[in-house]
Amino acid sequence: MAPVPKIRLGGVKKRFGDKVVLDGVDLEVAPGESVIIIGGSGTGKSVTLKCILGLLEPDAGRIEIDGEDVTKLAGRERERVNAKIGMLFQGAALFDSLPVWENVAFGLIEGKGADRKSAKAEALKALAQVGLTADVGEMWPADLSGGMRKRVGLARAVCARPEILFFDEPTTGLDPIMGDVINELIVKTVHEMGATALTITHDMASARKIGHRIAMLYQGRIVWAGPVADIDRSGNAFVDQFIHGRAEGPIKMAVRA
Amino acid sequence: MPVLAPIGRAFLALLAVAGRLALFAAAGIGHAVRPPYYPRLVGKQMLEIGYFSLPVVGLTALFTGMVLALQSHSGFARFNAESAVATVVVLSITRELGPVMAGLMVAGRVGAAIAAEIGTMRVTEQIDALTTLSTNPFKYLVAPRLIAGLVTLPVLVLLADIVGVFGGYLVGIYRLEFNPANYLKLTWQYLETLDVVSGLVKAAAFGFIVTLMGCYHGFNSRGGAQGVGVATTNAVVSSSVLILGANYFITAAFFGT
Repeated sequence: MAPVPKIRLGGVKKRFGDKVVLDGVDLEVAPGESVIIIGGSGTGKSVTLKCILGLLEPDAGRIEIDGEDVTKLAGRERERVNAKIGMLFQGAALFDSLPVWENVAFGLIEGKGADRKSAKAEALKALAQVGLTADVGEMWPADLSGGMRKRVGLARAVCARPEILFFDEPTTGLDPIMGDVINELIVKTVHEMGATALTITHDMASARKIGHRIAMLYQGRIVWAGPVADIDRSGNAFVDQFIHGRAEGPIKMAVRA
Repeated sequence: MPVLAPIGRAFLALLAVAGRLALFAAAGIGHAVRPPYYPRLVGKQMLEIGYFSLPVVGLTALFTGMVLALQSHSGFARFNAESAVATVVVLSITRELGPVMAGLMVAGRVGAAIAAEIGTMRVTEQIDALTTLSTNPFKYLVAPRLIAGLVTLPVLVLLADIVGVFGGYLVGIYRLEFNPANYLKLTWQYLETLDVVSGLVKAAAFGFIVTLMGCYHGFNSRGGAQGVGVATTNAVVSSSVLILGANYFITAAFFGT
């Protein structure tokens, strides 16, 4: 019997007014697998993640985590499911009003009721895991560079040892070297934790480095999915145009002259 | 009729906003009375709303009391009723001007700050981050502010009452040359407990309104810096209007007979 997928999306649809963003997304992520969703801006990558996290409710379809239907969960039930998930946001989304260590320990203190002293020790360990020293823990988010913010965001995502990790555009806004440092850290932490990872990105270098499998989202549907090694011979015109960054092809960008 | 359609649409939109606000308030109150509680955050907000508003509310009350003494003296002199100055000052301050002026000043200072802070958290995905860290944003952000507003404003207004009456006293003694003992006697003579209590009830209602509108507009802000600016403006304008409206209804309930 095939193992229950860690995450499963079946026919997920979401629209905002007249604009159809997700038009029946089907996707499965196996336990311990790292799946990348690629696609251009505005194709519904972030909406997909937000639907899985319960930040948005799909109009139709079913979302399962560990075989449990989480599509319409709310309140304590949703908090129970979200406790399995850690997320690195695109802009890191660090809490400005808390020092770095409290940001990292937030899930332990507020989510799991840990005492502040032991939570701080765990936070400093998580910071060390992403290459940041204890003195960074006493700094404020406003004092950090873009790369450091991403590292702190990663430390916060992994601090409570979640089973699932989401990465929203982890390398956007970083220089290529720092982008690769973040990619390395993601690969290392996901591997060490044995976590299941779902990443959305349009950075192909990042996708190739951190993913086992890639799925391409276009006009609210998965138009291709397969192992990372097959991406260059997918035989899919949408994928070929996207990974080579060509203006000509079946993907039409909404550009006004 | 084409003339009536826009009026109808505007009215329906107003009802929709009122409904959303009522649901938001109900959710906020529901989370404020159910555990887990955040006493540290309530304390922090009480400092923010109460302690740091003391200078501006104190100065406003002082000058209001002083002006009230001057105005009522010059007005009452027309029919030889100068002796009513002390009574008019204390009744006006405790029943009306103390709570209303404090409410409006706090709306400008605190309501704007709350909307800007929560609005910024919304547009930088910090509120989404709270959810992913198994923390309910209503419980963490809205409930502590509502409790702090409700509890702190009456204390602030009590102090504003004292400072306002003192302002009237200063002008009465040093400029209008009242006898100090006589001025104090007249201040107490016609003052009833209900005058002060009604002002404190108003203060609690205004505290709730200011924090509610700050949270509501911040929570619903969209579209980056401009959206946060709009949320801040809306929070101040709507809480000021609601304070004046609520003031009438509370006054009618206490003294309408």
